[in-house]
Formats: sequence, C-alpha cells, structure tokens
Amino acid sequence: MTNALMASLQPELNPDFPDIAPGDTVRVHQRIVEGRNERIQVFQGVVIAMRGGKTAGATYTVRRTGAHGVGVERTFPIYSNTVEKVEVLRKARVRRAQLYYLRDRQGKSARLREKRFVKA
Amino acid sequence: MRGILGKKVGMTQLFDKSGAVIPVTIIEAGPCYVTQVKTEETDGYNAVQLGYEVVPERKLTKGQRGHLQKAGAPLLRRLREIRYDETPSLSVGDVVKADIFAEGDLVDVTGVSKGRGFAGAVKRHGFAGGPKTHGQSDRHRATGSRGAGTTPGHTFPGTRAPGQYGAARTTVQNLRVALVDPERNLIAVRGAIPGSRGSLVIVRESVKALKKAKRAK
Repeated sequence: MTNALMASLQPELNPDFPDIAPGDTVRVHQRIVEGRNERIQVFQGVVIAMRGGKTAGATYTVRRTGAHGVGVERTFPIYSNTVEKVEVLRKARVRRAQLYYLRDRQGKSARLREKRFVKA
Repeated sequence: MRGILGKKVGMTQLFDKSGAVIPVTIIEAGPCYVTQVKTEETDGYNAVQLGYEVVPERKLTKGQRGHLQKAGAPLLRRLREIRYDETPSLSVGDVVKADIFAEGDLVDVTGVSKGRGFAGAVKRHGFAGGPKTHGQSDRHRATGSRGAGTTPGHTFPGTRAPGQYGAARTTVQNLRVALVDPERNLIAVRGAIPGSRGSLVIVRESVKALKKAKRAK
C-alpha cells in the first residue's frame, strides 16, 4: 500500500521530452517569469551528466562555452515544469557516463565524435 | 484542534507553480475513527481518542475489541489521543479523513525518531571532537572536559554526554501542507518528519499558528 502510494506520486514525463544521453547537444527552452512578463530563455550546450535515473529528483547537466571561453553549466530537473521544450541537435559517441573531462578542455580537444541519428 | 493519525511513507519532491522544487514527506493519513471522546466533566480534560490501521481479529485482545465495538469502529491497531482546549466537536463513531487539512495549512507532526542506540557526544550533541593530528591517540571523538575539579566536585546534572539517542517522541512544528488527497488518504508536508518509513505519526494543527490566530482576534 505504501509503495503504491509512493508510485502514484511518480511525476509524469512530458510526452515530448526527447531521449537524451550524455554527449548530446541540446537546446533547452525554459519559461522565465520576470515580474509580470514571461519569456522563453534558450540554453544550448552539451549534456555532460544525467543523475537519478527516472526518480522524482532526476536531473541533467548542460554545459556550454560562453563569451571569452567561460564555461557555463546548468542543471535542469527532468520533470521541471518550467522547461517548455528540449531539442536534440546532435548526438555523439562517448565512452563514459559523465563527461566532466570536458571542463578541462577547450577548442579542438573539446570536440565529440558525432553519431548519426534521425532528428525527431 | 484538528488532528489525524497516519503512517510515514517516505520523501519525494514536487514542483510548485514557479518551477521551484519542494521537498515533501508523504504521509498516509487516516481514515481514523473516533473511539472515545473525553471531556472536562467525565475525565478531567478534553481529548478525542482516534483509532487507525485496521488489523485482523487475532491481533487484538478481547479488551481492545470490546472498546472498539462500543465505539462502533472496525478493528484498529493504533489508538492515540488528541488534546483539545475546548470541548471536542467530534463524537464517537465519526470518521476523520485527510481532508481536515488543506494545502497551505501549517501542521505539527509528532512521531518516534529513529533510534541511534548509545551514541557518542559528537553524533548526539554535535561536539567537535578532538584534533585529528598532532599526536592525538584515542581523542578524536572524545567529549573533553565535563566540568571543573575539586570544586564543585561533581558533574553538573544535564551536562551533555554520550547516551541513548533517538527512539524518542519528537515533534516538528510549523510544516506547511503541500498536498492533500482524501481519496488516496494522502497528506504531503514540506520538509522532513521524525521516524522511519512506516512508523506512526500524528498530524495536528500547528499550535504556533493557532496561538497567532488567537492573538490576531
């Protein structure tokens, strides 16, 4: 009974949420409320880690290189209701689950080997 | 004083409208049956006795069964009293469900905290312990001094020391109710509550909020 109650609270994944994996280049569209205004902020980068499987607290981390080569990472909950849409732009062949080594690299050495895939 | 008995189910997280994460504890609350009402005249104090958790007949003694039968309640394992300041508005036979609370209410949750056995002062009272280096041996988690010497000649009562930690009745006050679903007998409160999963908890109206409301009036 208690397990059933817990299971009934499992959040439902947005049906449009794509299958993402570490190494993917994604574009995350997030709804931002500023005072009375609402706008969509786009964050594009490489998924460098996913934590928590399908549990309620599961997250993924997106890294992008900003101005002057400054790395910016943002972590989003996969069930977040502020994320409007996630687009997968590229998939890459990677050999580990967490791509934290990308933090120490820039330019040519920070490239990933692309994997062909059919864009949804 | 609204109150209900329940079982701690576990913790999870929800999102509020702005997308912020709320850590919540899920409580399977009720249905509870009023098995006895105590009043100032009959018992010297005001309280409602609630029963919770239906069990097979063999789990209860004849005395317990008789008590429940008198109240017209099913066979229940847990009986707890909720104290009232005024004469209780509930009467024997009433059923209390999770819908006595609503989203946004403040509640106090009482339970028996997890037992940690005979614990040292570092775990039990947050002592810092001793230095890790500089020639220390056996002093890493020591309590340090317990007081002065020949004067006063004894350790003062109440000095924090190692001992039994946990497995004690604990109340966490002013938790906000994040979700109520009477159909599933579910109450979710923001934050953590005492006890292990599956242990009995009492959810009551927040006494601090009640006091504040009374003062405002």
